[in-house]
Amino acid sequence: MRTPLFFLMWLGIAAVVFGLALSSGNDYVFFAGYVVLQYVVLSTAWNILGGYCGYVNFGSAAFFALGAYSTVAIYKFITENEFYRLPMPVLILIGGAVSGLVGFGMGYLTLRLRGAFFAIATLALAVVLQTLIVNWDFVGGSRGAYIVRPEEIAPIGPYIRYLFLCMLLLAVAAITIARLIEHSRLGYGFATIRDDELAAEAAGVPTLKLKLIATTISGALMGMAGAPFPYYIGYLQPASTFGLDYAVNSIAMPLIGGTTSWIGPLVGAILLGSLQQIATVTISSAVNLLIVGLLLVGFVIVAPNGIVGLVQTYLRRKPPEFVGRRHVETQSPETVP
Amino acid sequence: MIFSFDLLVNAIVSGILIGGFYAAVTSGVSLSFGILDIVNIAHPAFIILGSYVAYIANATFGIDPIIAAIIATPLFYVLGAVIYQVYYVAFEKRGQESLRGLAFFFGLLFITEVTLVLYFGVDYRYVDARYIGPTLHLGMIDVPLRILVPFLVSLLLIAVLQLILTRTFIGRAIMAVAQDQLALRLMAVDPVRIKRIAFGISIATASLAGAFLIIIQPVEPSVGREYIGRVFAICVLGGMGSLPGTVIAAMLLGIVESLTATFYGPSWAPAVSFGFLLLTLAVRPAGLLGR
Repeated sequence: MRTPLFFLMWLGIAAVVFGLALSSGNDYVFFAGYVVLQYVVLSTAWNILGGYCGYVNFGSAAFFALGAYSTVAIYKFITENEFYRLPMPVLILIGGAVSGLVGFGMGYLTLRLRGAFFAIATLALAVVLQTLIVNWDFVGGSRGAYIVRPEEIAPIGPYIRYLFLCMLLLAVAAITIARLIEHSRLGYGFATIRDDELAAEAAGVPTLKLKLIATTISGALMGMAGAPFPYYIGYLQPASTFGLDYAVNSIAMPLIGGTTSWIGPLVGAILLGSLQQIATVTISSAVNLLIVGLLLVGFVIVAPNGIVGLVQTYLRRKPPEFVGRRHVETQSPETVP
Repeated sequence: MIFSFDLLVNAIVSGILIGGFYAAVTSGVSLSFGILDIVNIAHPAFIILGSYVAYIANATFGIDPIIAAIIATPLFYVLGAVIYQVYYVAFEKRGQESLRGLAFFFGLLFITEVTLVLYFGVDYRYVDARYIGPTLHLGMIDVPLRILVPFLVSLLLIAVLQLILTRTFIGRAIMAVAQDQLALRLMAVDPVRIKRIAFGISIATASLAGAFLIIIQPVEPSVGREYIGRVFAICVLGGMGSLPGTVIAAMLLGIVESLTATFYGPSWAPAVSFGFLLLTLAVRPAGLLGR
């Protein structure tokens, strides 16, 4: 399927989803659906770097929070100077630009070394950005910041429906980008990095450049997912925005869904996101995080290729191609002279 | 900003003392990440687990936290050995340690933390011991005993670890497994067994480090996160697996953090470790005493 057709198809699906949500007549559907869609964007973004290139980003929360706080900073600036209010899509683009830039800088500093350093640096990045935000009084510091959400917006009605629609379109865009990458030279380049970076480098693949592209796209999408968040939540506070739940969810969802294609993060995010929405209401939010952790560990041990991998195995009755090749090398490369 | 000499000296001394404690916290990671190449980012969570074990022993039986931690080390060793076995079978053997192995440890970190939250809540817990409270006054320098005692025991722990690594057969085998597994196999030593032992020791140190932590400050389940950046910064700066390097790096970080906290305010201190880590990665990736 060609990309424009794919995009149109998903726009159609999005229209149906929005129509169904409208017909339910209950605004809670929009509140819950927004969170699930936000996770679709986050996990798709994580997968561009994590699944396609094999570089683990533990700092999803940091990129997400950067997007959210760029919105807060703009909001504060506008309310203080009585400036013209920016529309949400522009805020999303700004949030994406800020996070993309940080993603680029971060990748530039750490990606020249082994993958593990990148993973650790992303973890530490979250701590440092949180420190910066806590000490930055303009955006509320550790006390947090209030954002007044407009009640209504012209053609759509309640503001939450507008936010839902923005996130829905963002999710469609993220999925399209992921699929576009997957079927392009870029995606094949990413796959060579994931499978054997040294061999790729030796074969002339510009690995550093590709990795930087991946961190930038991935970071930008996460920032975009975060940008509307202050308007959704109404009160933004560093401890919860930088919370580990965003980090663990955006890793767990692609790994549970399957990391090799765009379907995996989508399936994982919808399943796990809805499950959590239900569990938060019926049990408690701490227990639902425990469920996510257990599912993550369980899946990486038992089903390394996620739900998509399980389905593929079931359909073809043979393991997916790259699993078979992985099984052959039972020892890590340095032990084989 | 008021600059005074005795404030400076006190900041440096407390930095060195805290640095000794950081070295003990990092020694486990130096073993697992530095020597074995296992990126155990769940290590700080196990340290918090150690804190809670010390807390339970102290609160119910009134045992000294450090002695409780020493008693608990075999349990932590077994825990570490079990985790390594799972890690080996599920990831190392399949050659998938980079992506899924990391996710595995991240999941463990999360499970440990949430379980502690569910069981103990998010209240701060602390322990009682005779050396918590009094302070030594040496001229213009104040040395709180609650930091001095963990400092001394930390140095002892690292000395013992260093002796094990350099003087015993197992220790030398651990150093060898990092360099050439095939050669080790030719010497009729099972590398998996050696790695299991080493990882067990690495988790066993978390028991002690946890006790030190809860002596120095009150602990709640998410405190461990602050240590992730710190621990890996020290490990990388110290030269990945060199224990003397770890001690030097830990003290450097301790001093810089303490100076930052004294002169700029404690809310800036967490950013220091990251700056350290990035600087090290950018300027000297091999660390101070790199192999």
